[in-house]
This record gives sequence, C-alpha cells and structure tokens, in this order.
Amino acid sequence: MTVWIVILVTGLGCYLMKLAGLAAPRRLLDHPKVRGFAMTVPIALLAALVAIQAVTEDGALVFDLPRVSGLAAAAVALLLRAPFLLVILVAAATAAGLRALGLS
Amino acid sequence: MNTSAFSLSPPARDGLGVGLAVGVSGLAFGTTAATAGLSVAQACALSLLCFTGASQFALVGVVAGGGSVMAGATGALLLGARNTLYGLRLADVLGWHGGRRIAAAHGLIDETAAVALAQRGRRDARTGYTVTFASLFLCWNLTTLVGALAADRIGDPAVFGLDAVGPALFLALVWPRLREEGRRSRLVALLGVLIALAATPLVPPGVPVLLAAVAALAGMGGAAGSDGDTPGDREREVRP
Repeated sequence: MTVWIVILVTGLGCYLMKLAGLAAPRRLLDHPKVRGFAMTVPIALLAALVAIQAVTEDGALVFDLPRVSGLAAAAVALLLRAPFLLVILVAAATAAGLRALGLS
Repeated sequence: MNTSAFSLSPPARDGLGVGLAVGVSGLAFGTTAATAGLSVAQACALSLLCFTGASQFALVGVVAGGGSVMAGATGALLLGARNTLYGLRLADVLGWHGGRRIAAAHGLIDETAAVALAQRGRRDARTGYTVTFASLFLCWNLTTLVGALAADRIGDPAVFGLDAVGPALFLALVWPRLREEGRRSRLVALLGVLIALAATPLVPPGVPVLLAAVAALAGMGGAAGSDGDTPGDREREVRP
C-alpha cells in the first residue's frame, strides 16, 4: 500500500516539476539572467548525460571498451556529417561487434 | 517540407528514431522493477505516471536496496528537477499554451528536450517534440510491461550494443549546438562533463547530471551579451 502511495506522489511530483518549467511565469522567463541560464543549461545537462552514460555505472567510473568505442565511432560519424539514425546504428554496431569479438 | 506518408520530415524521423531506440530501455526498467519486488502493475504505473527514466530507476533502486520509500521518492523528485530546467528553455522554443502545454508537460524529459532543441524553428521543434514524446511514451510503457512480465528471460541488452546508443544519441543531439554556437557552448559542455564525472563517486546516481547545471552559470557570465542573449538570436528562434 505504501508503495502505491509513493508511486502516485512521485508521479504527481515529477509531472508538476516538468510543468513548472514549461509554464513558468513570463516575467521570470524574460528576466535576462534566467534567460541566459535557460539557454545554456540544456547543453550542460546533455553533455553531462553523455559522459555519465558512457563511462559510469552505479555511481563509479567505469571504462568499458566496447561502449566507449561505440561513442567514439558515433563522434567520427558526426564529424563526417552522417545522418542521425546512421550515427546511432554505427554506435550500436561498433559496441556489439567488439563484444562479439570478446573485447570488454 | 515533405511530409507525405512515405517520407517523414527530418524532425519526425529523428524523433521516431530516438523514441524507438530509447524506448527499448523500458525493458531494463521493467526487469529492474520486478527484481526489486514491485508488482507488474506498480512497474507499469511508474512508467505511465512518472515517465522519466532516471527518477524511476532511482525510486526502484532504493526500494530494491531496502531503503525507505520516502528516501526513494525524495531522490526521484530531485532527479526530476532537471526537467524543470529544460522546461524553462522549451517554454519559448515550443510556445504552447493552455491544454496543449498541460499535455505536453508530461513528455518533458531528456530525449524530448534534446530533439526539440536540435531543430531549427518552432514548427520543427514542435514536431520533433511531439513525435519523440509519442513514440517514446508508447515504446517505454510497452517494454516496461514486457520487462516486468518476463524479468528472468530478458537477456543483456549490452550484447546488442544498446548501452552505446544512449550516449551516442545525446551526443548527436547536442552536436549541432556545439558546432554552431562557438567556443562558449563547447566550454559549458566540457565543464558539465567534468563536474558530472567528478561528482559521480561522491553523490547518489542521477545527482551528477543535475550538478552539471552549474556549468551553465559559467556560460552566462564573462563577456556581456552571451551567445543566447542577443536580440538576433531571439528573433531567429521565435520565427516558425
């Protein structure tokens, strides 16, 4: 029962936090400092997400060769201006390929 | 723009790709939740109601580790805070109001924000956001159900290289901004990475990404009229 209550409360809380940003008052959004922060913050968050997903596991730094190689291959594909879906495929194929070869 | 039934517009194609590629990770959530002792209904309710992966994994992780459910909920909500930060930006990019905004808010997560922000113009941003939300929501909830039902029969997704898909797609989505917005955005990205990695051994999972938001403060200060603050930029973003 407690678990159900926690699920409902967490679900509501998560939704309200999403809405809080999207429906922030106009005056707040137009404040130059908030504006500057909001423009820049997604880059910081998404770049951090790339690193966290690539080289950490359960709160520890981890170097997994196939996974990191997959990301590196994606970066090369991006430099060569490959389309988005191809970039994703290259990453997955590189990681899966190296694992199939027994590297890890 | 070509939006016939046979060829999707680029934002729709990107959104669908992200939705399907990431949506598969619902399998991992479903199995984790079931292994942690949640019922199938509870796992599915979490995916339907929270719909933000990091928070869901945090909550389930605490429950699995025998921690208090309140601690789990607090952690989950803390992680959800980054969606608020995306929202501050997307409010202007998407420009939705009323009922559409109420509905769209549920889909505000890393992936939808990243796809929307990678587009040019409001129209493409809206399309990218909507398609990512719809495909990811469907896929994530379906695979949560499958994962929770078949927890002991799901293999390791790493065999298919799926663990490389997450970082690769976020890299691909920030790439245009890193390339076009000059040194300042690359500096912010680098700083965000360093903060998150340095914090990883010290704080609970999920918090490092939130801490990386501090990097954005560095991107604001310094030279007056930062990249994003010029009237010209505003003009460009508001035009459909």
